[in-house]
Amino acid sequence: MNFPATRVIFQREMARFNRTIIESLISPVISTSLYFVVFGAAIGSRIEAVDGVTYGAFIVPGLIMLTVITQSVSNASFAIHFPKFIGSIYELLSAPVSYREIVIGYVGAAAVKSILIGLVILLTAYLFVDLPIAHPIAMFALLAVTSFSFSLFGFIIGIWAKDFQQLQLIPLLVLTPLIFLGGSFYSIDMLPGIWRTIAMFNPVVYLMSVFRWSFFATADVPIAASLLAIAVFTGLCLAVVWWIFRTGWRIRQ
Amino acid sequence: MPSIVSIRNLTKTYKSGFGALQSVNLEIEEGEILALLGPNGAGKTTLISAICGIVQPTSGSVSVGGHDVVRDFRAARDLIGLVPQEITLEPFEKVFNAVSFSRGLFGKAPDPAYVERVLRQLSLWDKRDSKIVALSGGMKRRVLIAKALAHAPRVLFLDEPSAGVDVELRKDMWSVVADLKAQGVTIILTTHYIEEAEAIADRVGVINKGEILLVEDKAALMRRMGQKQLQVDLAEPLLVVPEALANYALELGPEGRSVIFTYDTKSERTGIVTLLTDLRSAGLQMTDLSTRQSSLEDIFVGLLKEEL
Ligand SMILES: Nc1ncnc2c1ncn2[C@@H]1O[C@H](COP(=O)(O)OP(=O)(O)O)[C@@H](O)[C@H]1O
Ligand SMILES: [Mg+2]
Repeated sequence: MNFPATRVIFQREMARFNRTIIESLISPVISTSLYFVVFGAAIGSRIEAVDGVTYGAFIVPGLIMLTVITQSVSNASFAIHFPKFIGSIYELLSAPVSYREIVIGYVGAAAVKSILIGLVILLTAYLFVDLPIAHPIAMFALLAVTSFSFSLFGFIIGIWAKDFQQLQLIPLLVLTPLIFLGGSFYSIDMLPGIWRTIAMFNPVVYLMSVFRWSFFATADVPIAASLLAIAVFTGLCLAVVWWIFRTGWRIRQ
Repeated sequence: MPSIVSIRNLTKTYKSGFGALQSVNLEIEEGEILALLGPNGAGKTTLISAICGIVQPTSGSVSVGGHDVVRDFRAARDLIGLVPQEITLEPFEKVFNAVSFSRGLFGKAPDPAYVERVLRQLSLWDKRDSKIVALSGGMKRRVLIAKALAHAPRVLFLDEPSAGVDVELRKDMWSVVADLKAQGVTIILTTHYIEEAEAIADRVGVINKGEILLVEDKAALMRRMGQKQLQVDLAEPLLVVPEALANYALELGPEGRSVIFTYDTKSERTGIVTLLTDLRSAGLQMTDLSTRQSSLEDIFVGLLKEEL
């Protein structure tokens, strides 16, 4: 392992984050607050409690996941796409580093950013609602794993994309629908029969379910199924990254 | 001298199907300065990129310091510094940080004193806190060189270091190259400026259409391939070369005030003596004689013509 390499990559990515820390943290805080005003207070007051949890509290895990997933993908995809775009990736390719050092540096930094943003949203939520956290350690672990695996996914998108338009495409066309239809703001038990069956093919459902469980101790799908889904998704992303560096796909000519 | 870079049957065919390198063989000796000369599109960048890990070779192998650049890439790349042809830098990074980053990437512990020395050597120290985007083109190229030197490489590749660079930077760069050579660093530079090869190289390789046409000691090459020209100045200008001198393939100088005779230094009889005699018998009055050695440029152009 070339540790200094991982360290400088990680530090450089975090420095980029620090330069824009206000924007990076303020915007999720504002959008979270807006969600609370609209869904929690305006609409939520007319929605009855879900599984005995007020609607305002119920949407908190969904809000965190929504932001953490989109931030992870956009941060990690940009972080690797940018050097590819301007050509400075030559340095990574000609340095004595393997894909492990590169991925840990880039994906690690993107994941840490997402975790910080997730925690900031959680703190913001406390300003609006009483929020029990049934399993705090599991909650944090799930936050970390989600940040990591979607940063990994974003890293792949960043290498796959041929331009900045493609970079926006996947989050827009794939992620946003999956997240919104993944039970971020409702329990999938609320869906009518056939839609519930369809929802079971959405990986975000499994993630949302277990994450909400860490707060309220109730889940839509069995915990084991959720953990398995997360493991499979992360494993797939790892395998793709390994393959990319082995074959040089879209990075080495 | 042992070779530090060893290239065997290296072939590269790009995905487009274009064959950029055709079974290249090349041994680069430790401590030498090798200039790879070739026109645009000859495959110089491809060759360097394949050695440094940016391009995947289609077949063949390369070793640096005895380490295969694919199988044993860490050990091989530890030794290599690369200054790419294009200016490819993170725009918002500060100069000092950019150079420190490169050092870390090569697994070296931070060493601000060393980075300072490199920056001073390249006249970048005053700019250490400037963002790269705010630098001029020449300064950016200096940053690229500083990044390549940040881990004290044993083999330095300079891809077209003089392209679009002012005279001052070119001179600075040559002096850096001379310093590095004094420290025993092996330097490979590509260029299509022949003066550059002529000025600093120990050996010259000529590459065209993905093939190495020759690699030779610069001085020996100029001696072997070199042709000399004899210029004979005349008292009375000539309109045409007299029939009697047709055998010598003389050229007329400006305004016909001289004739130029090209001869091969290698050949047993250069023909100078008989030419002078024949000139006199043709009734021409000579006022002066001078000779000129052909430059690397003439040799190079000659070689490429031969190719066609
Ligand atoms: N990625 C690529 N795909 C296809 N052809 C390429 C690629 N890169 C370079 N080439 C071609 O390979 C040839 C050699 O290019 P290059 O190594 O850059 O030459 P040089 O550096 O000597 O100017 C050129 O004809 C160029 O067009
Ligand atoms: Mg080139």
